[in-house]
Amino acid sequence: MKTNDLILQTVTKVASPVIFLFSIYIFFGGHYSPGGGFVGGLLASGAIVLLLLSYDIKTVANILPIDYKLVVAIGLLIAALTGTGALIFDAPFMTHAYQYFDLPIIGHTSLHTAVLFDLGVYLVVIGVTMTIIQTIGESE
Amino acid sequence: MTEIFKFISGAFILLGAFLSLVSAFGIIRLPDVYTRNHAASKTSTLGIMSLLTGTFIFFFVEHGHFNSRILLGIFFIFMTAPVAGHLISRAAYNTDVKLWDQSVEDDLKESRDRVSTPPTKED
Repeated sequence: MKTNDLILQTVTKVASPVIFLFSIYIFFGGHYSPGGGFVGGLLASGAIVLLLLSYDIKTVANILPIDYKLVVAIGLLIAALTGTGALIFDAPFMTHAYQYFDLPIIGHTSLHTAVLFDLGVYLVVIGVTMTIIQTIGESE
Repeated sequence: MTEIFKFISGAFILLGAFLSLVSAFGIIRLPDVYTRNHAASKTSTLGIMSLLTGTFIFFFVEHGHFNSRILLGIFFIFMTAPVAGHLISRAAYNTDVKLWDQSVEDDLKESRDRVSTPPTKED
C-alpha cells in the first residue's frame, strides 16, 4: 500500500530547525543555566533523528553529508587541545582561562575557553549518537 | 494589578489541569483507539498549552522574567502533538485496528479500497 508522509515531513521541516536552534541555545547557555555540551549534542542529534524518521537514510545523507566517526575524532581532538593549550602558558593541564571582551554587537561579554572544551563534548555526543543510530538503522 | 494577573495565571493553570483530567477520563471511558486518541491528542494539547500560558504569566508578573522557552514550548506542543495523534491513528488504521462496533462511517476505507484496486474498463 502506498503511504503518504506529507504531514510528518512538513512538520519536520518546521520542527527540526527549532530543535537545532534550541540545541545551540542550550549549548551556549550551559555556563550560567542548566544545559551544556551533552544536552545540546543530544538535542542536535535528536533533530537529525527526526529527519531520519520522516525521510529515509539516503535523503538525510544527501542533506547532511557528514561522516559522524570523523565528528567524534574532531570533538575529541578539540577537547584534548583545549586541555593541552594550558601547558603552553605554564599552567596545569585542563586549566581554563576567561577574559572580558567588548564585542561589536553583543557588547560586554566574558569569553571562556571552557566553551571550546564543551564544543568538543557537543561534537562527540552528536557523533556517537548518530553513529550508533545509523549503524543500527543500516544493518539488515 | 499584580494580584489580578496572579488570578488570571491561576485560572489558566486550573483550566489546564482540568482539561488534562478530562483527557485522562476520555482515554479511560471511550470505546476504541480512534476516539481515545481524539481525546488524548486534542484535550491534553490545549490543557498543556494553558498550563504553560499560566506559568508564563506568573513568572512574567511575579519575577519580571520573560521566559521565551515557555512560548517556544507552547508553539512546539501546538505544532507537534496533533501530528503525533494523527500518526498514531493512521498507524492503528493501517494495522487494521477495528473501529468501534457502533460507528457508522468509514470514509478512509472507501478511498483506500479505491487506491488499492486498479480501475477496470467498465468504470
